[in-house]
Amino acid sequence: MTQLQINMAVQVLRTMLAWATALLLFFPLGWLVLTAFKTELQAISVPPLFFFKPTLENFSIVQERSDYMLYAQNSLITSVASTALGLALAFPAAYSMVFFSGKHTKDILMWMLSTKMMPAVGALVPIYVIAQVSGLLDSRTALIIIFTLSNLPIMVWMLYSHLKEIPGEILEASRMDGATLWQEFRLVLLPLTMGGLASTGLLCLVLSWNEAFWSLNLTAAKAGTLAALIAQYSSPEGLFWAKLSAASFMAIGPIVVFGWFSQKQLVQGLTFGAVK
Amino acid sequence: MKRLLPRILMAPSIITLFLWMIVPLVMSIYFSVIHYNLMQPERVGFVGLANFEYFITDPSFITATVNTLLLLGTVIVITVVFGTMIALLTDSPFPGRNIVRVLLISPFFVMPTVNALLWKNMMMHPIYGILAQVWMFFGATPVDWLTDWPLWSVIVIVSWQWLPFATLIFVTSLQSMDREQLEASRMDGANYLQQLRYLYLPHMARSVAVVVMIEMIFLLSIFAEIYTTTGGGPGDASTNMAFMIFKQALLNFDAGVASAGALFAVVLANIAAVFLIRMVGKNLDK
Amino acid sequence: MAYLQLRGIEKSFGEARVIKGVDLEIKQGEFVVFVGPSGCGKSTLLRLIAGLEVATAGSIILEGRDITNQPSSKRDLAMVFQSYALYPHMSVYENMSFALKLAKADPAVIKDKVGRAAKILNLNDYLQRTPKELSGGQRQRVAIGRAIVRAPKVFLFDEPLSNLDAALRGQTRIEIAKLHRDLGATTIYVTHDQVEAMTLADRVVVLRDGLVEQVGTPLELYDRPANQFVAQFIGTPRMNVISAAKIPSFGKDSKIKVPDGWFVGLRPENVKLVPENEGHFRAKVELVEALGAETLIYVSTEQGAQLVARQTDRTHLVVDAKVGVQIDTATAHFFDALGRIAHINHSNVAEEKV
Repeated sequence: MTQLQINMAVQVLRTMLAWATALLLFFPLGWLVLTAFKTELQAISVPPLFFFKPTLENFSIVQERSDYMLYAQNSLITSVASTALGLALAFPAAYSMVFFSGKHTKDILMWMLSTKMMPAVGALVPIYVIAQVSGLLDSRTALIIIFTLSNLPIMVWMLYSHLKEIPGEILEASRMDGATLWQEFRLVLLPLTMGGLASTGLLCLVLSWNEAFWSLNLTAAKAGTLAALIAQYSSPEGLFWAKLSAASFMAIGPIVVFGWFSQKQLVQGLTFGAVK
Repeated sequence: MKRLLPRILMAPSIITLFLWMIVPLVMSIYFSVIHYNLMQPERVGFVGLANFEYFITDPSFITATVNTLLLLGTVIVITVVFGTMIALLTDSPFPGRNIVRVLLISPFFVMPTVNALLWKNMMMHPIYGILAQVWMFFGATPVDWLTDWPLWSVIVIVSWQWLPFATLIFVTSLQSMDREQLEASRMDGANYLQQLRYLYLPHMARSVAVVVMIEMIFLLSIFAEIYTTTGGGPGDASTNMAFMIFKQALLNFDAGVASAGALFAVVLANIAAVFLIRMVGKNLDK
Repeated sequence: MAYLQLRGIEKSFGEARVIKGVDLEIKQGEFVVFVGPSGCGKSTLLRLIAGLEVATAGSIILEGRDITNQPSSKRDLAMVFQSYALYPHMSVYENMSFALKLAKADPAVIKDKVGRAAKILNLNDYLQRTPKELSGGQRQRVAIGRAIVRAPKVFLFDEPLSNLDAALRGQTRIEIAKLHRDLGATTIYVTHDQVEAMTLADRVVVLRDGLVEQVGTPLELYDRPANQFVAQFIGTPRMNVISAAKIPSFGKDSKIKVPDGWFVGLRPENVKLVPENEGHFRAKVELVEALGAETLIYVSTEQGAQLVARQTDRTHLVVDAKVGVQIDTATAHFFDALGRIAHINHSNVAEEKV
């Protein structure tokens, strides 16, 4: 065989292997999605059913459960609020660190990074006690605060990296054009930062939405998020797989899609820029 | 004015993070040396290191520690090894690469509780689960994963979720490889395995280190998956440090012992953190 | 009265002293070029004038007003950055009208001014495009246009041509020269390229290590450099500077006495190659560069001195050929051991210029 033929064969093999791996690894998720559209009996059929008539009944059953909407609402509110709050805190800090950088800037960034290092379980007791004492157990407020603080270091870091990439000369040019500090910020900096704010926000949204540790421990019936709701299906009675799949599908769907779009930010954010 | 503005801008973040760091730490230290039961908050008293002793002499302590390390180590090894392999596999373009990448990364964005139940029910269920059906297809008896191999089941569940993370990091790292260096090595007569050994792996060493560090920090606190599937059991077979602390805190309501355990976990995490911070610090200088 | 005056300007970044004391007077309508090697402080000086850096000491006076402590936005100066620094999220029109918009000018006036600048720079077809849709040369013209629209007191250029390819550089250089002729605006232009300095400037300021080495018209700098540094910085190929020890006498023409440790400077066009036994001393050809319009011949003497001769005629000489070197002593420069310029007195002794 010529070298060219060997190369082509290798290429074909690689492609097939890559596809096989991807499909295999994605299979559980795909199976979940399929099951959401089955009836309960179809869901537990032996051998497993790949072709069937899809039904939407699970989705409506799950939605009728009054607490599903409540939990979904809680997830939405806590994620969005913590993202907004996080951005409001992180952006000024990142801005200051980039444009008013001093000799302690690097230390402060490092320190922020280190606060993320503490395992959540280390703060479980104190936070629980504080929540209990201040009447914030089973409240969305507690979750919002905790999510914001948990994600704050990552958000500061990401916004810092993003702002650092704006060429300083563009801001200097605006100064030469006669812009005051506020005009420079509003008319030049802010439009250029929109992308960074969006991707940072997206990442924070994903992290908050999926957060399970605090949701499971600090909430009960009132402020539970979808993560907690799903956990309740841990050992229910009767047939429930199809409904579980439908509920799960609705819970994870948007986030997985968000995730597809935020791959790059994820790498930047979760590794604190250590990997480019 | 020039000095005041930056301080005002940074203050809210710094103050809140500072509180977030200090308050739980101080409280944990305080709780760890007193007797404090959440159900009986009036009865408090200084007990010195008794909580630590209690935590360490708990019959499950050794198991939990071993499980924690086992969980940590195995997941790290699985994600790094397979992540590297997959990254290398998908490094050069091929038809449908973008779709493959999307498929590969999806598990990471699934909620931990959904992940846990997905595996517990639809994959690992001994009768109706997919794995059981595959086993039966080959004529073998299906395995009751969560009962017979609880820790390993948790390992599989967690690895499935974190493999995309490692893969994504490695894919990113590979993209920054110097193509010209690879071409030069080809002209020097290197085959793929040699390129792997002398070029690819050294380049990826740094991202491997980062992945290991990050996973160490997050995986020390694996909780939701255990909570939703095995509840730490059977017995304490799949209990890790985090779950043990949780049990003490919210099942036994013993804040003192739980805090002692928590400090233990914090120390463990900090050791990993020191290395990560140094590495990130080096990158900041660039 | 000078239009722009720099008095005793010093600038330090922490411990590093970048500008060590600069005094300069610039007339209205002049095209002044700051030139010098990397790190000499020319860009820093420009930025000090622009107000993007604050001087550690000294004062800057523009049209009689002290602007040393004024922020950039109030100085009414326009700068063309090396990287152009166009606003990526704005169209060409918006880029060029930004300053006027900030000054709350009438939209009709803005349209008129931008239109005229666009016409001069041939940007009329691109007004609605964003910077990323433009080529390097077009972006550069937008950067210049942005400055022209403002009709500032002084134009500041920070190495504007260094990001262009050679062909575009030559062309744009001519356009900048034409612009200056048409607008007559006071301009300060920073470059490390001495060809740009020679062709564009009314006067050139040569900087080294944070200090001014010499100020003068391009030809003044060429014919009467104040020291060895300027002599070798201006002119391509570089002036030949040889240790006097390597030319113990000028051979047949030994009328000039040069003290030990001193140097002799000869422009390549003043070094003539003649048959081996003629001329002032012997040399061997190392390299011939035939450029078409001129020929450069690199030779090395018996004493190890390296010279380059320039002639407009083609040559038959090849490598290793033996030649004689003839020097036009009237055009020779003499430098003392510290590089300072010297002259020849009545007794034909080279001594320091006082």
